Amino acid sequence: MVTPAKTVELFRRLSEAPGPSGQEGEVRAIIRPEVEKLVDEVRTDTLGDLIAHRKGRGKRVMIAAHMDEVALMVSHIEKEGLLRFRKVGGIDDRVLLTKTVYVGKDRLPGVIGAKPIHLQDPKERGQVIRLDNLFIDIGAKSQEEAEKLVKVGEYAVFTTSFERFGGGLVKGKALDDRAGCMVLLETLRSLRETALKLDVYGVFTVQEEVGTRGAAVTAYDIAPDIGFVLEGTVCSDTPGTDPQGQSTVIGAGPAISIMDAGTIADRRMVDFLVATADENGIPHQFRRATSGGNDGARIHLAREGAPTASISVPCRYIHSPVSVCSLDDLQNAARLLEAALKKIAEGGLKL
Amino acid sequence: MKELIKRLVETYGPSGSEDQIRKAILEEVRPYVDEARVDPLGNLIAVKHAAKGNGGKKIMLAGHMDEIGVMVTHIDEKGFLRFGGIGGISPQILLGERVVFADGTVGIVGVERLDDPKDLRFDKLFIDIGAKDKAQAEKAVGIGWSAGYYRTFDDLGDRLVSKAMDDRIGCAVMIQAAKELKKTPNEVYFVFTVQEEVGLRGARTSAFAVDPDIGIAIDVTRTGDTPKGLPMAVELGGGAAIKVKDSSLVAHPKVKDLMAEVARTDKIPYQFEVLEAGGTDAGAIHLTKAGVPSGTISIPTRYIHTPSEVVDYGDVQACVRLLKGIVGRPIGL
Repeated sequence: MVTPAKTVELFRRLSEAPGPSGQEGEVRAIIRPEVEKLVDEVRTDTLGDLIAHRKGRGKRVMIAAHMDEVALMVSHIEKEGLLRFRKVGGIDDRVLLTKTVYVGKDRLPGVIGAKPIHLQDPKERGQVIRLDNLFIDIGAKSQEEAEKLVKVGEYAVFTTSFERFGGGLVKGKALDDRAGCMVLLETLRSLRETALKLDVYGVFTVQEEVGTRGAAVTAYDIAPDIGFVLEGTVCSDTPGTDPQGQSTVIGAGPAISIMDAGTIADRRMVDFLVATADENGIPHQFRRATSGGNDGARIHLAREGAPTASISVPCRYIHSPVSVCSLDDLQNAARLLEAALKKIAEGGLKL
Repeated sequence: MKELIKRLVETYGPSGSEDQIRKAILEEVRPYVDEARVDPLGNLIAVKHAAKGNGGKKIMLAGHMDEIGVMVTHIDEKGFLRFGGIGGISPQILLGERVVFADGTVGIVGVERLDDPKDLRFDKLFIDIGAKDKAQAEKAVGIGWSAGYYRTFDDLGDRLVSKAMDDRIGCAVMIQAAKELKKTPNEVYFVFTVQEEVGLRGARTSAFAVDPDIGIAIDVTRTGDTPKGLPMAVELGGGAAIKVKDSSLVAHPKVKDLMAEVARTDKIPYQFEVLEAGGTDAGAIHLTKAGVPSGTISIPTRYIHTPSEVVDYGDVQACVRLLKGIVGRPIGL
């Protein structure tokens, strides 16, 4: 499958844009002009969720992809001019050391530093350096100098640049969930010229990584009949993982969730997606892990409840400065969602 | 009532797979209510209208249909299934158990060789359904399929034992109360909820829809009457338990007092319950919209979340009388 250069370029822009939970503006600014061409109405709500409404008669379907990414926040400035920080969303302490970051809206370069190996005693070498012992070095010589550049409460994001590599893979930061944002955009794009008896809300949510917060208010607002979540999900197909521990495999197609910590996928929806994928020759797999959670937790419990399913793009090394996903998986996720929406519009999903 | 209890506890229904138990409950409760519907998540909402039109309170009763279980995540080359837990199910208790899938397929829970018993975790366990290889296993079950404990009901006389007393016994209490309740001044919503064991999920959406004046969950609670058990002032045979507090709810004082007053007036044995850890559907109901005064009637139960949950038949009958006594009277709250 060939992914058009234009699509890859949009993915690059989305991946490289900083969008920590609570400050998704730059990502939203990229998505908005793209999605305005594809739907009838676009608005931003109080929390910053971007809601793209493709009007139509029929079932109200909410499709969510979150704009935010895991990041860091400056919590304190030391007298030496070094920045202490906390995590925004789930990041493993082990992946932080020596990474480069951009601090604040002006993208001030920073380095997450720590004691060099030469000066560590053998005991220290065997230990993970915890968050409390890490700091961001922005090159400031003093607290005073640092305070001129940075304020407590500003975010820091990873600086990873996006690249294509290997056989149709890409690497970059924040593929969780810019991959999902891409799937949503690509689906709306393919359906642009198609008449659908369906009322579709494409929702680019905020603050998923800190507790699926944007989805909570948008789902209440929209009151959907049916929910879909598009995610970048855990992929553990690398050496050292037993087959039964491999939640997803890269390149094997979009992953359909069965259960996670926040949602038991509606079995009717799961069976419907599998049947739709089979009918259309779209490769697919189950997300074979039961931990983690996504916006579906909120959507299926909004108001009187809405059957909800998740379609995910497997992402290796998720929640770290760099993750890897397959462009084919991304395109197949969009194909699956497109086919599913068409079928729902024709009354093909019995609930 | 024992026949009803036997039918409910033996029916399959892990969280998210409540179709069979919902069908059974609907058959049992339908003759005693005025209307019944199933909502988007699968909750069964059965309504008994007030005898004299409006005027009474809208009371939501919630008993959950679902039970804890396991879900298949992987099928290996030799046909063994790997799985994750649904709700508060423990690997220690699963070991050696048999589990059953929706279509009746039975499996045995086995374990890898362990160097230390402390290593016993879900990822060390597997289910053997008697398949010779992957192809044969895949004909029988699929990824995402759920199974529950495979155990029968036993009548020990005063005491009853089965899997899934949590919370089919609560459902049975509600059905029996609906049956015995000839007339009521209130609008009574008998809600049989889904997915309680994974986070009070069905109660949350059904309470939003029902929008009640008062919420009452009917669920099991643990006891403190077994050898060297955790101390707790609830015992089997001590009567209906009226909840004061658990981790999901501080019972509304007026609802709690109403329950105790009805128990005293109707001479129903009761005991107050303070549960340190655990919650019920009332936890979700009382936080719905602008808030709902809520409480819980608990059926004292030993060995909760094991395949052998034990209740006292006298307690069960006390709970039925208490529930009937509460919803059958005009309520000034």
